[in-house]
Order: sequence, then structure tokens, then C-alpha cells
Amino acid sequence: MNKNIKKASRHTNQSEGLIFEKSSPGKRAFELPPLDVPAADPAKALGANHRRAGIEGFPEVSEIEVLRHFTRLSTWNYAIDLGMYPLGSCTMKYNPRVNEFIARLDGIATEHPYQPQELSQGCLKILRLLEKCLLEITGMDAITLQPAAGAHGEMTGLLLIRAYLQKQGNPRKKVLIPDSAHGTNPATAVIAGYEVENIKSESHGQIDVEKLRDQVTGDVAALMITNPSTLGIFEQRIPEIAEILHGKGALLYMDGANMNALTGVTRPGDLGVDVMHLNLHKTFSTPHGGGGPGAGPVAMKKILEPFRPVPILVEKEGGRLALEPVRPDSIGRVKAFAGNFGVLVRALAYILAYGPGVRQATEDAVLNANYIRKQLEGAYELPYSLPSMHEVVFSDAIQKKNGVSTMDIAKRLIDYGFHPYTTAFPLIVPGALMIEPTESESMEECDLFIDAMKAIAEEAATKPEIVKTAPHTTRVRRLDEVGAARKPILRWKPSAPRSEAAD
Amino acid sequence: MRYLPKSPAERQEMLAAIGAKSIEELFSSIPDRFRLRATLDIPGPYSEAEVIQYFKDRAAENSKGYTSFLGAGVYNHLRSVVTDAIIQRGEFLTSYTPYQAEITQGTLQAIFEFQTLMCQLTGQEVANASMYDGSTATTEAVLMAERLTGRQRVLVARSVHPEYREVLKTYAKNSGLRVEEIPFTASGTVDANALQAAVKDDVAAVVVQSPNFFGVIESYAPLVDVTHTAGAMFVVAIAEGVSLGLVRPPAEADIVAMEGQSFGLPPSYGGPFAGVIASRDRFVRQMPGRLAGQTTDSEGQRGFVLTLATREQHIRREKATSNICTNQALCALAATVHLALLGKEGLREMAEQNLSKAQFALSELLKIPGVRRTFDAPFFNEFTVELPRSVKIVNGHLLRDKIIGPLALGTPYPQLTKHALVCVTETTTRAEIERFANALKLALERPI
Repeated sequence: MNKNIKKASRHTNQSEGLIFEKSSPGKRAFELPPLDVPAADPAKALGANHRRAGIEGFPEVSEIEVLRHFTRLSTWNYAIDLGMYPLGSCTMKYNPRVNEFIARLDGIATEHPYQPQELSQGCLKILRLLEKCLLEITGMDAITLQPAAGAHGEMTGLLLIRAYLQKQGNPRKKVLIPDSAHGTNPATAVIAGYEVENIKSESHGQIDVEKLRDQVTGDVAALMITNPSTLGIFEQRIPEIAEILHGKGALLYMDGANMNALTGVTRPGDLGVDVMHLNLHKTFSTPHGGGGPGAGPVAMKKILEPFRPVPILVEKEGGRLALEPVRPDSIGRVKAFAGNFGVLVRALAYILAYGPGVRQATEDAVLNANYIRKQLEGAYELPYSLPSMHEVVFSDAIQKKNGVSTMDIAKRLIDYGFHPYTTAFPLIVPGALMIEPTESESMEECDLFIDAMKAIAEEAATKPEIVKTAPHTTRVRRLDEVGAARKPILRWKPSAPRSEAAD
Repeated sequence: MRYLPKSPAERQEMLAAIGAKSIEELFSSIPDRFRLRATLDIPGPYSEAEVIQYFKDRAAENSKGYTSFLGAGVYNHLRSVVTDAIIQRGEFLTSYTPYQAEITQGTLQAIFEFQTLMCQLTGQEVANASMYDGSTATTEAVLMAERLTGRQRVLVARSVHPEYREVLKTYAKNSGLRVEEIPFTASGTVDANALQAAVKDDVAAVVVQSPNFFGVIESYAPLVDVTHTAGAMFVVAIAEGVSLGLVRPPAEADIVAMEGQSFGLPPSYGGPFAGVIASRDRFVRQMPGRLAGQTTDSEGQRGFVLTLATREQHIRREKATSNICTNQALCALAATVHLALLGKEGLREMAEQNLSKAQFALSELLKIPGVRRTFDAPFFNEFTVELPRSVKIVNGHLLRDKIIGPLALGTPYPQLTKHALVCVTETTTRAEIERFANALKLALERPI
């Protein structure tokens, strides 16, 4: 093993088949208490034509086998708990364990969304306090906690804009989206019934304000802006951008994916933003869990408040809280029940742990990103030189000369014991390396990362093959993605031909 | 602050390395007049003990100590502690979406197993890696049908969960979809005659739920043929997945949208859960959401990757099949572990217990004078009864006995005032059912 590699070392990991391949009839891992009422005859109670025979191929395994199976699978994952996870735009920060504990409390995890509201005051107080904290952090007037994820929040935000404009007589046709935006932005605009007009960034990666003046016509409903942009750069002219939009009756939507750079330092509401979503699974540390669940609350200015999705949390006399299911101008319901409550609980626990000191997290996140930027400048090309906030975007221009791409560097980083940064995004940087360390990394972990990146830059110059064929230390080598898409195998099937899903 | 791993000296050292005089300097790109100078007005900082105490205090203001007969899309089922032990492993909990396949094989293989389990349960050929929940999965199933048929009219049974229908209408409003509702019969099933009259060659999808919102199990045969004759997609929503341990799956459906909450996820005041979309192989390229696929690595070993990503927003942007970027991976993992634990026999037995307890509860309630069964069609673990008195008043009385009574149906279904939806699962004991029946009898006997 290369002596440069300090963080990782070889380790054994165990092979493991699919759970279905361990199955043997008669084994089981779960026993129910005995039935304490007369057993119903399913054929009689359901009718013979509704009754199903056993489920073909369903696993039959014991408890220890289930535990070992999933424990072994878990050892094949990289995770924040193992080290720095510098995925740009994803804000992979520490997920405090106390948040997992409180989300599982009896009286929190056990509550039913339709139980009487007088028996739900605890849940509603949690939602209320979270609303207040997020409004204070964003500088907005009203909020909905309903959306289940960032993209769901984007959709909710655009529907709010649409409903507001519709109320004034014309929902308008277009949403403007910068070329540096997340892919969800244009996809969401279409779902909300808008045409997308992509706008080009100027040479420093910022919105071209002069051009924007011409682009904002009476057809434009909104501009979706990410601030700081996906380059990790603060959009300095955002108040002016808001004025241009407002001057034409359009609204400013802010993608809050990068709030980790702003929390406690500045407030989108003060910058002229009309509506924004927050990714609680980014800025507010709820665990990513391998791809969800998340939560994407939407904060807004007063003009949009009447259109919020139902149910609406309201304070009644005597401080009693209630969820109201009907509002005349509401965009409707975006999800069943009252949001991803279990995620919202964790976010509040995170905020309470910091209190106003959450600003220190922002400062440390920006400190880490700038430290890494400084140490890696020179080794990697920096396409945009404006100051970085919480993340820094390099390009592979130097390494490309030796045929080494950002993806190769990312894969080699795995050998050095780190999860890769975000590759090939934002789209406006060819061969991007998008690095977001977050505040959760110590100086030591940052230094290990910097050493690894420098060592890879050196390898790219002197022995590019080792980088181009990385990773060399993982359980599986580079996987055939083309083959996977060409002839998709999306489920396990019993090897011996048997009758399909018996019924 | 305990979550921040830096000493003051280290911060200074890092600033010096950057060449900045102060942390302020790093924020110089934010115009001064927009810098927040005041301290944020939020509570805290709380120590770990204080955080726990805050939430314990809130928990005490909820429904602890009450017995509930609520279902309606969120069900109380037994869960093994093993499930939580697995999903709290940091390697699963604190991992990102598995875009880097070489170091996320654990998550990817678990998703592949989840997809397989969902196919086995639903009788479908392909299932995705999960959606937000049952309501959004149902809506996404309709949008999928719209893409597949190029049509914009949708027929939804009124016996589909009212909140699922509301979510569909929210999405429809702006996408040109026209949603119409199909009534239910006196038996509580979809009115096949009304469906036949409404379904034409401009219909993209017919959406039914089974067991439906009233707990009634639908017969697909009279519905699916007229749907297919009109060239429309037959979409089945399933809110109570445990029913599939005993009830024939909707194998004839074109798309199944399922809520996975019943598979090892706590009610958690309504989320997070895991929605599922399952369908036919030939429709897979119009499916929304992530998919894990099996492949091989450069040495020929089996491995898994996210695949068919060309449908997805991060590649296709405004041409994507959906704007959904996340799935509910950890919830899907919980469902996978839970179903592996239950296994073939455990799931069947759990389903049988639900059926038996619901049958017992109905027979106990029908002993009470004035209580009538609303619908006579077969049901799984929920059924509807008519009370001789307002459900809300009765439920008020039951609360004094620490019983959360059944759901009043009058708000979503004005013609079902005085009707209540009762849910009984394997977690409800015989003693609780008897106590409920007794309290209900007394509540109905009270003078108004």
C-alpha cells in the first residue's frame, strides 16, 4: 500500500449473498404472541377468490442470520461515522445520536396523525417551535413544514408562486433557472406547470444582472436562485436581482440547499428572497440514511402565506395548537398527514443543541472550505477565483493533460479512505471537483484529506494509470454501469423456474 | 460546542494558513448591510440531557397511556428491536445516496432486496427504491400513466384515501390532469357500473385502493377489464401492506402504489414512511424514482449500481420523469429488515392475526344495540360501523376511558355521518377490544 495513505488500511470484509439465497423453509426470525381471539378462517372471511397462497420466494431465515446479513452489508458502506464525506452541495455533517434517541421516544414515535389534537399538543408544540426557529434563521414571515424533501419543497414553493400570481389574474409562463442550478430546479418547474428558461452565468460564475434585466419579462413568474451558488460563491447582487424581478411582478425563489454557509450570518428574507426551501437533511443534520428520508420546509414572505399547503398549524386561544385542514386559497395538500414529523423532530433537536451558537457551525464550515481551498490551490485548477463560502469547486484541467478525470481522482480518493467529493457538477465547470467539508471535520481530518488530494495530484502527474484504474482497495472494482442499464436486472428471481408470484 | 471538533488555537492556525486576519474576513463577500448583527432569537444551547428532557416533556403531552382504534393509512404493528438496531448502524444511517457504488454496496444491495420484496408482495415485475409515501406514490403512479398513455383524464375511486386524492388534485391542478371521482356501492366497493360509464378512450388511469379507505377488499375483475378495454392504466393503491400477507395481490394492475409504513415503521405522527411504485417490466423507463440494478465489476463479481438514471432529474433536468431526487432509503431499509425478520410465515401469521382480531372486534361491536355494519363486503383489519349517535360525541366519552375511538367518517364523506372506521391490528389485545366494546356500549347509553 502506498505510504501516502494514512487514513485507510486493509481490512477483511465478509462476502454475503442475497437474503433470498439464505432462505430455507421453516426458519423464522420473528414470533408473534399467541392469538387471543378465535382464529378466523381466511377463506371464509375474505372469500376464496381474495385469498392468497404463500408468497413465492419470500425469505425464511433466522434472527441471527438477518442480523449478520445486514451487518455485513453495512460494512460495505462508507459513512460520515467513518470519516469526512466531502460531497459538495450535500452537506454531509455529523448526525448527533441524541436526535435518533429522542425521535424514538414513546410518545413521539408512537403518535398517530389522526389522534385528537388535545392529545397531540406535544407534537404540535415541537412543530411550532421548529417553525419559529426556522423563521428566525431565514428572516421570513411564514412557513410550511409539509414537504418531504428538497425537491418536494421546491415544488411547493413554485405552486405558492403560481397560486399567488393566479390570484392576481395571470400565473405567467416561465421560470428562469441559472445554468449552475441543481437538476431538481428545472424538473420541478415543469411539474409545477412552467416552461424553463436557462440563463447563462457571467464570467465569474454569478448571475449576469445586466442580461437579467432583459430576460425578466411579463411572462416570467420567478427566478430560482441558489445562494451561495453551486460554485460556493455568494451572489452579491441578490438584492438587486430581487428588485428587478419585483419590478416586473415576478418573485425570487431561493434554493436553500446551501444554507450551511449563511445560517446565523445573513438571512435570505433580508436579501429580498420571497420564498425558499430548506433541506433539513443538509443544514440541520438529519441523517441522509443512504438517500432519505429528508424534509424540505418552505419559508415565505407574507404575500404567499394565504396559499400555504394544508394542514396549517395555528395557535388558538389559551395557546392551544391545532392543525387546520381547510384554507380557501391553499394550494392544497402536498403529502398525506403532517409532514415527515420524525425528521422535523431531529432537526429541532439539532437547533436546540446549538441555540444561537449555530452561527459557529457556519463559521467553521466556511473556515474548513477555505482552508482546503488554500492548501489545494496550485495542485488543482481553481476555475472561479471569487471567495468561497462553505464549499470550493476545482476542476481537473491540470490532471486532464495526463488523461486523468475528476471521476478518476474521486475513485482514487476512496483508496485513501475518503468518500469522493461531488464530481462533474456544477455543469458550468468542465471536470468539476466540488468539495464541501462541513463544520464537522477537525483540522486533523482536513489535513488528512489535503494530503490525500495532493498525493493523488502527484500520482496523476507521475503514474496516472494507478489513478485511472482506481479504486484498488474496495470490495468490488469499477462496476459495469452500461451493462446494468442495457439489460436491467432489478430484482432477484429464484434460479429454478417456478410459478410466478403465486396467488 | 460538543459537535464542533476544533479548539480556538486550531481555528487561529487555520485562519493563519488561509491568510485571513479574522473569521469575519471569510464572509466579506456578503455585503455589510446584510450581515446579521443581532443574536438569533432561538432557544438553547441545550446540553444532551436538556435536549432529551425537552422532548420527554413534549412526549408527556401526547397520547401516552391511551388505547387507539385508529388506522386510516397509518397502522400500529409489532416491530422487532432488531430493525432499529440495524438502521441505527452509522454505516447505513450516515451514508449518502449510493452514487459511488464501490463504497455503498451495502445500501445498494439492500435496495435491490427491497425492490425484490416489493415485487413479491405486489405480484408485479419491477419496483423502485421507494418514494416519499403512499400519497405521493399514488400521484406519481398517475403521472406515470399519463406519460404512458398520453392522456390526461383520471378516474379515482372515492374509496381511495381522502388525503391521497387531495395530493393528486394538488399535482393535477397545474399539469392539465382532469381528475374525476367514481362513487362506491352500498357494499363499499367501487361502483363498476359508474366506472364503465365514465371510462372512455381519453382516460389515462383508473385508480382504486384495496383494502380501500373503508377497509373493504376490492374485486379487481369487474374493474380491470373495462379499464383495459378503454386503453387506460389500472392503478392500485395499497395503504395497508400487511394485507398482502393474506390477500391476493393486484397482479393484474399496471401500476401499484403502496405505502410501506406497515413494514416496520412507527406511526411517528404521519412520517417519515416509504412509498413504493411497482409495475410491469415494459413500463420501467417511465417509472419515477431510483432503481438499483445488478451488474458485475471488472473482475466479474456480482455488484449493484443505481441504474436507468437517464430518467432522473440530475441527468435529464426539465425532461425528467419526476422531480424527485431523494427516496426514503432508511425507511425502505427498515422495511427490508422487518420483512426479512417476519419472513414468509411471520407475515402470513401477522396478517391472519389482524383478520381474526378485526373479525372478533366487529362481532363484539355488533352485540351493542344500535350498532350496524355499514358495508357487507369482505375486509382485512379495518371495518366501518354506523353508530346511533354522533361519532365525535361518542369519541369524547371514550377519551375519558383512555380510549382513542375510531375515525369519524362524516368530514371526508358527508353521507357517512355517524359512521366510524375501526382499526384493529395484532397489537390490539382481546382485553382492549372488550374494554372498547364495553365503553362504547356505555357511551351510547348515556343521556345526551
